[in-house]
Amino acid sequence: MKPQTLFEKVWNEHIVAQEPESPAVLYIDLHLIHEVTSPQAFSGLRRRRLKVRRPDKTVATVDHSVPTRDVSLPIRDPLAAKQIAQLEENAREFGVRLYGMNSPRRGIVHVIGPELGLTQPGMTIVCGDSHTSTHGAFGALAFGIGTSEVEHVLATQCLLQRKPKTCEVRVDGKLSPGVTAKDVILALLANIGIGGGTGHVFEYTGSAIRALTMEQRMTICNMSIEGGARAGMIAPDDATFEFIAGKEFAPKDEAWDAALHRWKNLPSGEGAYYDKTIMLNASEIAPMITYGTNPGMGIPVTSNVPDPDRFTDASQKLALRKALEYMDLRPGQPLIGHPIDVVFIGSCTNSRISDLRLAASLLKDRKVAPNIRVLIVPGSQDVKIQSEAEGLDKIFKAAGAEWREAGCSMCIAMNGDELQPGQYAVSTSNRNFEGRQGKGGRTFLASPLTAAAAAITGTITDVRTLISTN
Amino acid sequence: MASFTTLTSRVLPLLVNDIDTDQIIPARFLKAIDKLGLSEGLFYDWRYNADGSPKRDFILNKPEAKGAQILLAGDNFGCGSSREHAPWALMGFGFRAVISTSFADIFCNNALKNGLLPIIVSAQGHNELRELVENTPSAQLTIDLAAQTVKLPDGTSFQFPIDGFSKACLLNGVDELGYILRFEDNITAYETLHR
Ligand code: SF4
Repeated sequence: MKPQTLFEKVWNEHIVAQEPESPAVLYIDLHLIHEVTSPQAFSGLRRRRLKVRRPDKTVATVDHSVPTRDVSLPIRDPLAAKQIAQLEENAREFGVRLYGMNSPRRGIVHVIGPELGLTQPGMTIVCGDSHTSTHGAFGALAFGIGTSEVEHVLATQCLLQRKPKTCEVRVDGKLSPGVTAKDVILALLANIGIGGGTGHVFEYTGSAIRALTMEQRMTICNMSIEGGARAGMIAPDDATFEFIAGKEFAPKDEAWDAALHRWKNLPSGEGAYYDKTIMLNASEIAPMITYGTNPGMGIPVTSNVPDPDRFTDASQKLALRKALEYMDLRPGQPLIGHPIDVVFIGSCTNSRISDLRLAASLLKDRKVAPNIRVLIVPGSQDVKIQSEAEGLDKIFKAAGAEWREAGCSMCIAMNGDELQPGQYAVSTSNRNFEGRQGKGGRTFLASPLTAAAAAITGTITDVRTLISTN
Repeated sequence: MASFTTLTSRVLPLLVNDIDTDQIIPARFLKAIDKLGLSEGLFYDWRYNADGSPKRDFILNKPEAKGAQILLAGDNFGCGSSREHAPWALMGFGFRAVISTSFADIFCNNALKNGLLPIIVSAQGHNELRELVENTPSAQLTIDLAAQTVKLPDGTSFQFPIDGFSKACLLNGVDELGYILRFEDNITAYETLHR
């Protein structure tokens, strides 16, 4: 038999039906739900008098519009409060498990899935959220869907899907000090642009990927969607199995042995065919930062802002001009030393314990620069508890940063954590679109290390200069 | 879902590449629990000044926007977040079709499920359309889904691709959930096998 890719194995295993000329009816193993993209789907079920077919494969949490200050207080924004209350009611009525406001296990949906052991290799996982690609780090086929599709999956546990193409993203070599998984994915996006992966599922391979921890792999898969890819996957290995073992919803005892046996057969066969291949050399990647208004507009932090006149394509020229105008940056200017107002460390890209440890390693015994606001928002209450057990919160607070409750927070600015018009932020999140972090706000995307460095100096900084003096 | 057969309308040009769904409808408008009223948030930050007054030179605020049902957008339209609020807002404003050289996958899926037709044209076709609306802003296009054609006022037309399944769903106003529900037996069999 022809060797199959990881993607093909998972895809084929989940086809329930396939009529000629039609998309496949694909079975979904895990359906994650949050407050923003689900209310209309539940209304649809009510209208059609349908039930949730598999409440046992459906898990809900609140993350997008939750406050991150004192969560014991009532939610001040009446619309957010209503949306959260609606999810609580929907979960109750349809029998769906909800990690609600008072749950110690709640958090950003893409952080708690893996944390609870819900995310497992070989699964199909969907959520009404484009960063569902995060879960691909475990060798799952995981992708974002729209609200109509949320309704489909609630009602049938299935989804109609056209088979995407595959693209191998091969990263070999060794990362240099100060360079993180975030820099790898920003370098890839700078390379291929934000439409470069459209219609494809990425599989990240190569020695540099194998050397990453699970949390680092999640950072990479998380931003696959930023390249337009349908999903991003990484073959499971011992690091994956170790991460899952013992988690609340991980298989136990004999079921674990059986699962392990299945999971070990998932990696792509030798010589399996990909529709496309992209190669990156890890040792050539520097700390990255974005300068523009989409995640593909990234450069090494030591580079200068590109000049639109250097582009031959008229629409590219226009896009870049528009971006620089919004960011109020000049062509050719260096970014190093550019003053900033806010640092945000959080989001489903970089809010896990290892991200916070990285930030703390730099902030320890240092101070946040005067007049800089630093927001550190753990991805889940679990991460928060762990951070506090390790004393990270004390390091952050002593440095002058704000230490918050879990949530999406300033990644999407739905909960009141937002930039003011014109402010500059270095952010560890995944999107620098106009207004994403608050109307008129300007975002530089970077790693937790680069963000922490900016917090200390108050300007865009090459973190390597701080590490070497450590 | 409303069916889509033919459509004749003026075209509004919004010739920016990579228009993401955060621009189509900013996140602060996503706190709704229904689909109504979202068109007020459509392109909000491009459409209104900080004081809430409309930006006169933005295409949606111009007199010709009234009644226009076709949007001509730059490459890679609808990238970013999976929010279906984007097609809901576009349709709430009155759009029934968007023409671009390419669409982000999730946006395309979401649009098709709501009867908003994403039309993919070649770079050359896109240029021709751009020239047409620049020279004759009142020009009307006729979209014929069954024939998969876009007809220009001078009688010329070009073809656009769409997969047969989506086309049939749109033409007949069939919704996908109804289609999936027909496979109840297969789903049960699958679940029994994979218990
Ligand atoms: S952290 Fe940001 S990107 Fe991630 S799920 Fe929340 S809003 Fe979306």
